[in-house]
Amino acid sequence: MTDQAAANLEDGHAGAEPVTAAWIKTELARHPQRPYPMELIQRIFTDFSEIHGDRAFGDDPAMACGMARFHGEEVMAIGNLKGHSTKEKVRRNFGMPNPEGYRKALRAMKIAEKFHRPIFTFIDLTGANPGLAAEERGQAEAIARNLREMARLRVPTIATITGEGGSGGALALAVADRVLMMENAVYSVIAPEACGSIMWRDAGKRARAAEALKITSEDVSQMGCVDDVVPEPLGGAHVDAQGAVALLDAKLQWHLSELRAMPLEEMIARRMSKFRNIAQFYTG
Amino acid sequence: MSWFKRPENEIEANAEKRVRTEGLWQKCDGCGQFVFKPDLEANLQVCPKCNHHHRLTARRRIDSLLDPDYELVDLELKSTDPLNFVDIRPYKERLEKARKQTGLNDAALNAVGTLGRHHVVLSVMEFAFIGGSMGCVVGETIARAIDRSLASARPLIIVAASGGARMMEGVASLMQLAKISAGLATLDDRGLPYIAVLTHPTTGGVTASFGMLGDLNIAEPGALIGFAGPRVIEQTIRQKLPEGFQRSEFLLEHGMLDAVVPRAELKSYLDRALDFMQPPSQ
Ligand SMILES: [Zn+2]
Repeated sequence: MTDQAAANLEDGHAGAEPVTAAWIKTELARHPQRPYPMELIQRIFTDFSEIHGDRAFGDDPAMACGMARFHGEEVMAIGNLKGHSTKEKVRRNFGMPNPEGYRKALRAMKIAEKFHRPIFTFIDLTGANPGLAAEERGQAEAIARNLREMARLRVPTIATITGEGGSGGALALAVADRVLMMENAVYSVIAPEACGSIMWRDAGKRARAAEALKITSEDVSQMGCVDDVVPEPLGGAHVDAQGAVALLDAKLQWHLSELRAMPLEEMIARRMSKFRNIAQFYTG
Repeated sequence: MSWFKRPENEIEANAEKRVRTEGLWQKCDGCGQFVFKPDLEANLQVCPKCNHHHRLTARRRIDSLLDPDYELVDLELKSTDPLNFVDIRPYKERLEKARKQTGLNDAALNAVGTLGRHHVVLSVMEFAFIGGSMGCVVGETIARAIDRSLASARPLIIVAASGGARMMEGVASLMQLAKISAGLATLDDRGLPYIAVLTHPTTGGVTASFGMLGDLNIAEPGALIGFAGPRVIEQTIRQKLPEGFQRSEFLLEHGMLDAVVPRAELKSYLDRALDFMQPPSQ
């Protein structure tokens, strides 16, 4: 997963490569009209009140965290920010968080834990920012810490991959009691373009790579790497955002009520056991 | 050795031929000089001339850290190729080739034994096995090392050497980051020691999970350590990276490592650190 996030940016031309079903899904997941995490948060929650900064370096414009109300209940909502216009995209670093973004998110999660509030995360990013400054400030450490700390949070956590679930940068917000994937989202260890350029030495092999990587919600859920798939309206979330929001909202309510029904220790034990036993594709 | 008392140029001049004829000389990746192989071997693959740390196999690493009566464990795991992945070659073929080359089933090797004054659980990655990449078997092997540490209340040491998650196992390999990090949360909750040793190279999802989660994160000199690979970063920022970027010394300077420890001192460093981490006697 090292060489992937950015190869996405260089991108090749598909040329005569056949289009695959997984590639069509990838394009849907990346559709510019698709509701982004912050739009979902604005529609699903009320009274979103943003909190800023990681208390160490800065405030990452690619990550938003805030107190919010979910059907009247106090919760923490976290999502990465992408931006639609070119100017906004640049400001949001194309949705790729820096270490301070992950540290801000963890800080928000710890606040939620202290006050016994559930945490919702919404993820649509190519990957964590692969940059010089990000390395200097410890991108790897920031992600690693989130993985470990999320695993032991003492409040209900629900993560949703809403568009692109790009590798470690996505997982750093998705070690949760329930991990959901929207129907047309993709979740992958590496961007198809980067996989193409590494394995076939040709970024244009992205459609074939997407197929080989099995990144669709159907495949990922079949492998047991997410807990549930959220259906989307006919044609996809980009043609009917309100419909998509209603379907997602219903799933979030259902999963939260399930987690609420469990004693806390049991909920945490189940989370730990889920990740201990995840993706057991081996013999012996 | 008398070999090295000779003038340097004499060795330079003769060495290339010797590599082909006798295979006793190896060109050092650090200084470019030819080094007598048995000397390199005796020095744990560290160049006697320039101190460059060459790669050590997982097995040799274990030999260098544990007393000889250690036991190798968790050896039986084999990947089932969950994606049935084929690029220009089937993943199954790559696995078979790597197994033949390394004599291992995958890229991690667990051992239990004594390190100086301490009983420890040691997990070591094998870079020669598909770039030390972490798929389901590596993830499970390391998770079992954590389980052993929890069950025996013994410290855990992981020696990393990896290009990151194994893309041929797709999102299943990504999940190994979560599996191991969750295990390390439990280990931490129990107050058990975990030391991460980062060796050349450690990048991607391995750095961004257990590589950075030790009570102490230490590295060998000159090791490449990072999240994104240098090539990717150069493409992103469209400029050349500064000299020494993402090397151990750079990470130390930026506050990401507790220490850079030469290979010859690694065992005594770990032994000393574990003294500190032992529960105080009552
Ligand atoms: Zn040398």
